[in-house]
Amino acid sequence: MVQAVMEKQPDNAAERREAVLSVRDLTVGFGDNIVLDKLNLEVLRGEILGFVGASGTGKSVLMRTVLRLLPKRSGTIEILGAEYDKVSEADRMALDMRLGVLFQHGALFSALTVRENIQVPMREYLDLPQDLMDELARLKVELVGLAPEAADKYPSELSGGMIKRAALARALALDPDLVFLDEPTSGLDPIGAAEFDELIAKLRDTLGLTVYMVTHDLDSLFSVCDRIAVLGKKRVLVSGTIEDMLACEEPWVKSYFRGKRARSIVREHD
Amino acid sequence: MTHSQSQIAADVTLEESAGVQGRRYVFSGNWRHETAEAMAAKLKKLGRPSGGRHEFDFSGVTAMDTAGAWIIRRFMNGIGGEAGAEVHFASGGQRYVELVQALPEKLRPPEHDTTRAPLFQRLFAPIGEVTVSIWTDTVAAMFILGSAVRGAQLKLGRHAGVKPAAIVHQIDRMGVMAVPIITLMSFLIGAIIAQQGAFQLRSFGAEIFVVDLVGILQLREIGVLLTAIMIAGRSGSAITAEIGSMKMREEVDALKVMGLSPVGVLVFPRLVALTIALPLLTIIANFAALTGAALVAWGYSGITFATFLSRLQEAVDFSSVAAGMIKAPFMALIIGVVAAVEGLKVGGSAESLGRRVTSSVVKSIFVVILIDGLFAMFYAAIDF
Repeated sequence: MVQAVMEKQPDNAAERREAVLSVRDLTVGFGDNIVLDKLNLEVLRGEILGFVGASGTGKSVLMRTVLRLLPKRSGTIEILGAEYDKVSEADRMALDMRLGVLFQHGALFSALTVRENIQVPMREYLDLPQDLMDELARLKVELVGLAPEAADKYPSELSGGMIKRAALARALALDPDLVFLDEPTSGLDPIGAAEFDELIAKLRDTLGLTVYMVTHDLDSLFSVCDRIAVLGKKRVLVSGTIEDMLACEEPWVKSYFRGKRARSIVREHD
Repeated sequence: MTHSQSQIAADVTLEESAGVQGRRYVFSGNWRHETAEAMAAKLKKLGRPSGGRHEFDFSGVTAMDTAGAWIIRRFMNGIGGEAGAEVHFASGGQRYVELVQALPEKLRPPEHDTTRAPLFQRLFAPIGEVTVSIWTDTVAAMFILGSAVRGAQLKLGRHAGVKPAAIVHQIDRMGVMAVPIITLMSFLIGAIIAQQGAFQLRSFGAEIFVVDLVGILQLREIGVLLTAIMIAGRSGSAITAEIGSMKMREEVDALKVMGLSPVGVLVFPRLVALTIALPLLTIIANFAALTGAALVAWGYSGITFATFLSRLQEAVDFSSVAAGMIKAPFMALIIGVVAAVEGLKVGGSAESLGRRVTSSVVKSIFVVILIDGLFAMFYAAIDF
């Protein structure tokens, strides 16, 4: 269905693409502490949005609020054309099917093997024979670049990078339209992180994913993100391409993208 | 998903192209997981022709996910694998071509160990495993008991020695907070024993002996046994869960690399606290049970408190009280050590934590009852 839409609307910068996720005037707070104040954000179909911000500015709060894991004070959240709060229970399930989430620490079910982890959403939502489901699970394992033997291992037997890949495979189990990645490359070595970035770009191209990625990895921001949004002062400070970021005069954005560490990466990518 | 799209059924047709030797497969409709099963069967029926040129046309496809793409890929591999078969994609539906091409040609099968052990081995292997695990458990328990006795001295840091604050904190959690439930339980147990005793002894006209029955039974056996079982369920499980989840999250390893002994830091205070708390709780339990018994004896049999107390003084001597109390610290040690051993055995998964907590409680209750039996035999032998 994603593909169907894409075909009618070929990738054309001039043509306005539909927003898969749009957040309007979102306010979230705990007690007297307002974390997000009238925040606005749009994620367009088929793009990889990198989301950055200083620690403690509420990146995780925003993601968890969008996923309905935290309550919001006010504002609207529209996912895949439906307002999340207002849809019926059945539609909400259909909507949840189209979202995939990679949690920061993987959040794999520790009592299940990787294959069983991937099959949890499949069993719940798809009506497929067991052998096809097994093949699909192995296919996802292969797609995210894990060795076939890893499919029958338990999460406690996997390395950090393998856990990220396995968690991504589970997030992709239902071929979601919109994937949330919470620091997907943190804790990976630079080569592993680069591979992971390539993997996400490749999956976006082939499966037509839209990716919402919280990250601090400047390399990912430069190499795979189409657009970057910066969170600060309880709202989205600025959003745009990497060139926009480099031109931005906002002090935090400036020190983030034009600091010592960033400069060396900019040189590499030039 | 929108309903209109899922309603368009998928289809595939085979066209024999004239002139050129070969076949053309025309795919159309919705190739998503909803139709995957039916389409897999249909593709299978189209057969595996040998040789020639095969063209795949995706221009009529409206949607495809990995399930649909995988079925097509699998089919392609089936015909492509045979000698001479050429596979081509017709123009149109470029996205779907890319998706199909992005999938791996073949799934590498995982290396499974399919050999099954012979019946003889499957029958006796568990028995051997249990025997070995009993031995390793005993060794681990002895290790923990030994290092707890050496206890705080295992630390190399500045504060070598017992930390009173940690012990007092544990006594508060495992002892003081358990007082209400222990009191209530013992009160009821005392009352129930007295009531049953009174009914049975009434037919002999010996109702006054209910005081002897409750006094001796409670002080020698029931008081300490039930308190220990209650504490095994209440604090033993807590110790296992605490140490186990610390083990899961590498906190135990963090202690080790700081030069602190996990047994010294985690187990020792809990063990000391239990050893102090359980005898004290037993005393409280005994008082509560005797109070319950006295009330019932007064209510059912008209035995006044004064009569009850004077009869109790005659029936119970120091050895009865001591016989029960001596067992308490031993039971406390058993509960603490079993809980710690199980806690340190927790692996990486949430399931293993649950399994360890269960086996901690089951094992410690079992061993407590076993110890009680051994003490009974010992007392009988020395005529205590």
